[in-house]
Amino acid sequence: MKPIKSTLFNMIAALLAVATLSAAALGYVYQITKDPIAQAKDQKTLDAIREVVNAFDNNPFAEKTTVTTPDGKHRLELYPARENGTITSVAIKTFSDNGFGGKIELIIGMLMDGTITGYKVIEQKETPGLGTKIAEKKFADQFIGLNSYQNEFKLTKDGGEIDAVTGATISSKAVIDAVEKAIVTYKKFNAGATGHEE
Amino acid sequence: MSITMIFVSAILVNNIVLSQFLGICPFLGVSKKISTAIGMGLAVMFVMTISSVATYLIYHQLLVPYRLEFMNTVVFILVIAALVQMVEIIIKKVSPILYQALGIYLPLITTNCAVLGVAILSIQKGFSLSLSVCFGLANAAGFTLAIVLMAGLRERINQNQDALPMAVRGAPIALITAALLSMAFMGFSGIGS
Amino acid sequence: MKNKSLSNLTRGLIRENPVFVMMLGMCPTLGVTTSLENALGMGVATAFTLLLSNSVIALIKNLIPAMVRIPCYIVLIASIVTVIDMMMAARLPNLHAKLGIYIPLIVVNCIILGRAEAFASKNNLFQSALDALGMGLGFTLALALLGSVREILGAGSLFGHSFIGEEGYPVLLFIMPPGAFLALAGLIMVVNRLRGVK
Repeated sequence: MKPIKSTLFNMIAALLAVATLSAAALGYVYQITKDPIAQAKDQKTLDAIREVVNAFDNNPFAEKTTVTTPDGKHRLELYPARENGTITSVAIKTFSDNGFGGKIELIIGMLMDGTITGYKVIEQKETPGLGTKIAEKKFADQFIGLNSYQNEFKLTKDGGEIDAVTGATISSKAVIDAVEKAIVTYKKFNAGATGHEE
Repeated sequence: MSITMIFVSAILVNNIVLSQFLGICPFLGVSKKISTAIGMGLAVMFVMTISSVATYLIYHQLLVPYRLEFMNTVVFILVIAALVQMVEIIIKKVSPILYQALGIYLPLITTNCAVLGVAILSIQKGFSLSLSVCFGLANAAGFTLAIVLMAGLRERINQNQDALPMAVRGAPIALITAALLSMAFMGFSGIGS
Repeated sequence: MKNKSLSNLTRGLIRENPVFVMMLGMCPTLGVTTSLENALGMGVATAFTLLLSNSVIALIKNLIPAMVRIPCYIVLIASIVTVIDMMMAARLPNLHAKLGIYIPLIVVNCIILGRAEAFASKNNLFQSALDALGMGLGFTLALALLGSVREILGAGSLFGHSFIGEEGYPVLLFIMPPGAFLALAGLIMVVNRLRGVK
């Protein structure tokens, strides 16, 4: 077959045909991948929630509420975990902008009396091998069992009881910043105790 | 995010070339002389700023209302390619002097992944129009800084090229220079936190 | 005939390796090779795009007028990349998140348009597919090599399996940005020596 000549009509026809076919193909793939993509995104959060809170038999993700931080600047997502209908613990998606590489996002779990059951980092841009250790057990486990109402969240060098990651004080402080944001929001939520935003 | 922080972050801390690895091809290819590096840098600045506006408007006025967000890669690359052509034609008519300075670099910009990368990134970050423009301009300035510094270093190295083993000449020494430059820029990390 | 096919297949592997010899596709090469897993993911995604784009263009090359060749190719390539992007987000969300912005940027990878223009627009389907396979494998090979070197030196692990233990100190620099340039410089030097450059 001979190549088609570059007449104006042929050029416009070819461009239109290519564009239409591409758009159709993309539309089709978009339709079939839309739901799996949304599911995969939820799954990541759900996995993190499962790791930080105690056993639950509801779908915390479906019951998500948003609560404004007491200073009114941010809105955090809060996922109640229920067992036999009563809320046993909550997972809060919190963040800090003060990380070494920018934003750190984590999901923290808390019992209803304010005891922390752990956190999981879901997004961070810290220095590999140094700041990224905030996600590891050695640092993260220090928070487990601390109580939002009784304990102070400070690094040892500031008179607190949390050992900073060696060589990554800023990252460690950012985690504390995020945790504190979650705690004050949780206290506000717990004082309301309705599960709805005021 | 404040405008100052966008500039500090894009130019020094998260330099688009040295820490995000976008626009490496022109960074290595057009950095043999300072004068050409400046030309390339200015051309990129020009196109990246305009394309930030164009892609922002098209995304929010055209793609979002018709729920076609998933087409953004296809649409953006076409917009950038068309824009580069248009800028070239307009500059040629309006300012022959500017055209002489930037003309030969403009066609190369279409395949500069930094332009497309910045367009996609500022959509992902959810910037407003004014922040998108700042983000585009800041990243372009970061690109220009990196490529001009690199060209300065390479001019010096080329004068003493005879001292290098054959296997190191060309690409390897350019990459080693880039590594040192990137290491120097790592000193800026943590600014603003 | 057989020799020609073989040479089309092997050309991209070493002789005209897109990364080490032709210095194409540098952005993903440096950006995603912090670990072997990421490098392989990127390499395979690019190789797949290349195979599809070369095949489609070889099939329809005679239907496209020469003057609008490039815009048509760009639309086709961008569509293929978007399809792969959506498929990965649905099926491999973790890898998709790690490769991030570099997936849509496969569009501007010079290797893809370069092979479309230099090879697929002049050869038949079979030869174009072979060329794409060779180039794709060559690119994947280069990325995997760089990824292994950086992961072994920079994280003391391979495929995520650590072999230096908790207390070992890897050369962190290699998974940070400067290490990318440095490791690639080293590999190109080795390749140059192997190719007989003194």
